[in-house]
Amino acid sequence: MTDAPLLSIKSASKRFGAVTALDGVSLEVGAGEFFALLGPSGCGKTTLMRLVAGFESADAGRVEIEGADMSGAPPHRRPVNLMFQSYALFPHLCVFENIAFGLRRQGKGKAEIAARVAELLQIVRLEGVETRRPDQLSGGQRQRVALARALAPGPRLLLLDEPLGALDRQLREETQFQIKEIQRRLKTSFVVVTHDQDEALVMADRIAVMRDGRIEQIGSPTDVYERPATRFVASFIGQMNFLEGRIESGEFTGPLGRLPAGDSGLAAGAKAVLAVRPERVAIEPVREGGAGVGGAGVDGVVEDVAFRGETTHFRLRLPGGETLRVSRGAIGGPSFSIGDAARISIAPSAARFFASE
Amino acid sequence: MPECDKSRRLTRGERLVIAAPYAWIALFFLAPFALIVKISLSHPAQTRPPYEPVLDLSSGVAGLMEKLSQLGFDAYRGLAEDNLYLDSYLSSLTIAGVATIVCLAVAYPFALAIARAPRRLRPILIGFAVAPFWTSFLIRVYAWITLLKDEGIINHALMALGLIDSPLPMFATSGAVVVGIVYSYLPFMLLPLYAAIEGQDPALREAAADLGASPLQVFLRVTLPLSRRGIIAGALLVFIPAVGEFVIPDLLGGSDTLMIGRTLWNDFFANRDWPAASAAAVTLLALLLVPILLYERAQLREGRR
Repeated sequence: MTDAPLLSIKSASKRFGAVTALDGVSLEVGAGEFFALLGPSGCGKTTLMRLVAGFESADAGRVEIEGADMSGAPPHRRPVNLMFQSYALFPHLCVFENIAFGLRRQGKGKAEIAARVAELLQIVRLEGVETRRPDQLSGGQRQRVALARALAPGPRLLLLDEPLGALDRQLREETQFQIKEIQRRLKTSFVVVTHDQDEALVMADRIAVMRDGRIEQIGSPTDVYERPATRFVASFIGQMNFLEGRIESGEFTGPLGRLPAGDSGLAAGAKAVLAVRPERVAIEPVREGGAGVGGAGVDGVVEDVAFRGETTHFRLRLPGGETLRVSRGAIGGPSFSIGDAARISIAPSAARFFASE
Repeated sequence: MPECDKSRRLTRGERLVIAAPYAWIALFFLAPFALIVKISLSHPAQTRPPYEPVLDLSSGVAGLMEKLSQLGFDAYRGLAEDNLYLDSYLSSLTIAGVATIVCLAVAYPFALAIARAPRRLRPILIGFAVAPFWTSFLIRVYAWITLLKDEGIINHALMALGLIDSPLPMFATSGAVVVGIVYSYLPFMLLPLYAAIEGQDPALREAAADLGASPLQVFLRVTLPLSRRGIIAGALLVFIPAVGEFVIPDLLGGSDTLMIGRTLWNDFFANRDWPAASAAAVTLLALLLVPILLYERAQLREGRR
């Protein structure tokens, strides 16, 4: 079964009393892939991860690892390791023994264990703390020990539960890249569970966006950002403007005028929502008698300007009363102040259309 | 002042609160203990109270000084020379030690089961474990007599079933004393064990299982070492009172069951040798203080690391 994907989840469902945690979830993770389960709390991503680790069993469906059915396999017999959100380091063991825990269970020899622990500490860039206890380490150091401990037994698949959740912001950004680098180097498959879209976008090769126990979309970071499959995905990831309108003869008519809505799959006459990212909206000063780009221009009034360093954010009021958020890179382009009129236009490719809820 | 003084002075209320436990200890432990130490340094006499000298100021300061000079370590010397005391100490320590180990072996599975029970069931189960405390200790120990004696319930049942021909000699043995101690002190072992197990983060067990530990290895490598404090606390809470236990050996033990509590009682009330009994009590306290102090020091060192 060499062709089987590393991890394959087949229509897994799980209920806790009256709560449906997972509702027919299917997905596959390939060897060496960095996969992210992204969603708000309560979406089922943690349950899915615990299902793979073996801490929960599915009511229906199954989990396969390299083609082998994992149903009934206890956690200690799965080629999977988990890095816990709380790190769950053993408080009574020193750093060395924490990392060696899985190796000792495998019955490795003394010299081999010492060499492997040293190698792992070097991989996570944490040396010289072997004899310390977890409570003598900083948060960042604990996070590295947890990562090293989970990697030590050499799992085919590493699950990471909110791996950066307990770190402060600066450390988080630095660690994102380190984890990605470690994953590339070891070629182990990583599945990271997170509610933080930045984490998923920065680290993962593919992202599964979950909501209410179902998968809304699976795709690359660019896919889910540029081509969100559902309105939920569009709103959950990044900033998004939503404008109500109507589909008429293949075109969307709304506050920004008429836009071609060819491939939206929405029926004529249906109420629809236009979704557009703030950075995909073009604004320019109003020239007397000039026409907007793409013929879809309307004039709005700048209500608020927020300078954020790399980008500047504008809030505009459209003629119909709707607000529109627009962002622009710091370099170039005319400047706007509060109260200025601005011509707003969007390229047809920047727009996504969803059925009105 | 720009600098903040962290070692600010305590308010009067705070000082009162802190003083209360010290006052309690001084009044109900240190003062009686000083009295016992003094008696242990006196000589037995056919007087009331049955020892001399009795310290008072009836003959002035010079008289008091003279009486003080009569104090000595004779009672302790007698203790060292008397094999009865040595045997009593050894036997007490052995019985208390065995009872503590049995108590631990019985209480640990209970504590584990309660800590793993559904959250809302746990207080109820703990309640059951502590429920016998609502009846008199004495009555519960008496009840064991009817269970253990030759014509008691257990022997009766075993003979009725044809498993034995003659009654098993259970009552009035050291074994009966161990059973009585285990039964009576079980909650003191159970509660600290339960607290130590229940307080463990379940993620630690999951982490161990995830790293390849079988359920038995999870228990031996994680649950058991992490409940060490509970084990030590429970063992001290059972062992220390068990060493000096009087009621249980008196009711359930045989005439050959030597325990220091009984020997003390005999010296106090039967032999009216208060100094010898006091010296034995002081020695017992010193013996028990050693393990406690060692434990405290280990705790302190661990806390500092």
